[in-house]
Amino acid sequence: MDELLKRLTEAHGVSGDEGEIREILKSEAANLADEVSIDRMGNLVAFKKGTKSGKKIMLCAHMDEVGLIIHNIADNGILKFSTVGSIDPRVLISKKVRIGKKKQYGILGLKAIHLQEPDERKTVVKTKQLYIDIGAKSKDEALKLVNLGDYAAFDTEYLPFGQGRIKGKALDDRLGCSVLLNALKCRYPFDLYACFTTQEEVGIRGAGVAAFNIKPSMALIVEGTTCSDVPGVDEHMRSTRLGKGPAITVMDATSYSNKDMVNKIIETAIKENIPYQMKQSAAGGNDAGAIHISGEGIKTAVVSVPCRYIHSPNSVADMNDYYSTSRLVEAFLKGCE
Amino acid sequence: MKELLKKLVLCYGPAGNEEVIRDCIKEEIKDYVDEVKVDVLGNLIAVKRGGGKKVMLAAHMDQIGFMVTYIDEKGFIRFSRVGGIFVQNSINSKVVFKDGLVGVVSYESEIEDIKDVKLDKMYIDIGTKSREETEKLVKIGDVAVYANGFAESNGRYISQAMDDRAGCVLLIETAKRLKSSPHEVYFVFTVQEELGVRGAKTSAYALDPHVGIAVDVTLTGDTPKSKPMAVKMGEGPAIKVKDVLIMAHPKVKELMITRAREAGVPYQMEILEAGGTDAGAIHLTRKGIPSGVLSIPTRYVHSDCEMVDASDMENGVKLLLKILEEEIEF
Repeated sequence: MDELLKRLTEAHGVSGDEGEIREILKSEAANLADEVSIDRMGNLVAFKKGTKSGKKIMLCAHMDEVGLIIHNIADNGILKFSTVGSIDPRVLISKKVRIGKKKQYGILGLKAIHLQEPDERKTVVKTKQLYIDIGAKSKDEALKLVNLGDYAAFDTEYLPFGQGRIKGKALDDRLGCSVLLNALKCRYPFDLYACFTTQEEVGIRGAGVAAFNIKPSMALIVEGTTCSDVPGVDEHMRSTRLGKGPAITVMDATSYSNKDMVNKIIETAIKENIPYQMKQSAAGGNDAGAIHISGEGIKTAVVSVPCRYIHSPNSVADMNDYYSTSRLVEAFLKGCE
Repeated sequence: MKELLKKLVLCYGPAGNEEVIRDCIKEEIKDYVDEVKVDVLGNLIAVKRGGGKKVMLAAHMDQIGFMVTYIDEKGFIRFSRVGGIFVQNSINSKVVFKDGLVGVVSYESEIEDIKDVKLDKMYIDIGTKSREETEKLVKIGDVAVYANGFAESNGRYISQAMDDRAGCVLLIETAKRLKSSPHEVYFVFTVQEELGVRGAKTSAYALDPHVGIAVDVTLTGDTPKSKPMAVKMGEGPAIKVKDVLIMAHPKVKELMITRAREAGVPYQMEILEAGGTDAGAIHLTRKGIPSGVLSIPTRYVHSDCEMVDASDMENGVKLLLKILEEEIEF
């Protein structure tokens, strides 16, 4: 089992509360980089000096994940919450979460089927109907365990299963973070800035600040992206396919990849015999959206590890896609002057 | 101006793929400016040097399009939209790829109610019979654009991509006719406006102008039972009051009105309730840049037969010239 992936995906880091995951990434990156710093938005930036030019290349993966935040504690000790980042309420029902610094255990409750009216069974439950049960009997009891404003992350165990597949929470984008750590093991001709960004899930907020500070000549974003190679989805609606290699983005809702970079990534994949796929969907966005329009403009491209059931407590990815993404990123960087 | 407009609207240049149209505009403008450069995102910046205030004129050179996302076993192409492509404007439309390959956009015909047609139920037919045949001609990520050609009817011009090649023509024509200006004038042909005014953002940041004026198309309220809007085709260029992205800076707006009156150019005031232009990005750049918009009244925007009026374009050039020839007192 990949112990680092286990640690990275099980660590808490809901958008705005990236402290725990940042500490882990910081100690890992410190062993590989020349300098590690944290900027005002909380982005972690690992710098590795180049052997030749002073050219700057930015690698980017966001370290935050979707989750919940407690906004009300009822008299009966039940917690009400808002989602942080986009989460389908259907994936929340009956799930376990860990709340706040003390990682208080909680369950997302729903009225039992026996007690539901026939109509209730047919309609999708809304987030505001859900609540977290932490086993407290009163507001006072609850307040001893949690505070208003505490974040909650999914309580999910990382697990390899089946044929080379893994499941866990936050594969989007801890897989990308891990790819960045792998890339930091090498030294390149140019200066490398590996950025682990904050608050991507709430509107790509950290990345633009990081890019503005660094002013790189290009940025490569490594993501975990949607994958819909499942029954009931028309072939042409399948964003990516598991096991077919890293997905390369031409365009999504927030950026149009630089064509020279995309061509070079494809050439690299072909040359190095690394499988790849073109992402078929133009929906969704990522840190490239903020980076490419930062300052006077920055060339960007995006490669992603396909993840099924993204933004849920249990996403599924293929380890070969992850390895191939790491190889592709490293080979691409080695080909940059 | 007609021949230049015809040339530009027939030029390929969907958002993110502005190479061809950029080269075309560069050729048209280079002899009338002091310097031409291309920035990181691909904006074309033509500069007419002068000692005074920096004035940025922006017209976007990109157009909307259809990006290939999937090729099926029979050779039909599925697509995502690049910018504001609408179902109702695309059914059975002719489109063309960069290399001239022509296709027809249509939809899954088992759908009975036209309201149920969504873009993901549509496809492009390039006449091939198999996946292999299509894959020889196009690949995922290739983009097609409307290909309705150019026509003139009763003093009106009709074609795809008037949005915003008409604006590009105004900028080029202004550069050609501008004899002298107390200002340093930047004619900026921006990229990716249709994807969210992206090129304007980075070019405005780099140029840091004193004032910004976007030149773009706007809608009209002069067709049968149209939504109310006080802009009519043929009644002069429109001076923007507001749209979704900007409240035009009062001083820029006043400047445009004053210069229109001085030049004897007819004009109309515009309030646009849907959409925005490059000015939306420019005015929020750095410490804020006073910005406004000169709009060309256009019918059937984001279809393959957008219609503009020849006199509105001519008057638009006259207004831009007057603005650039006089001092700017703010």
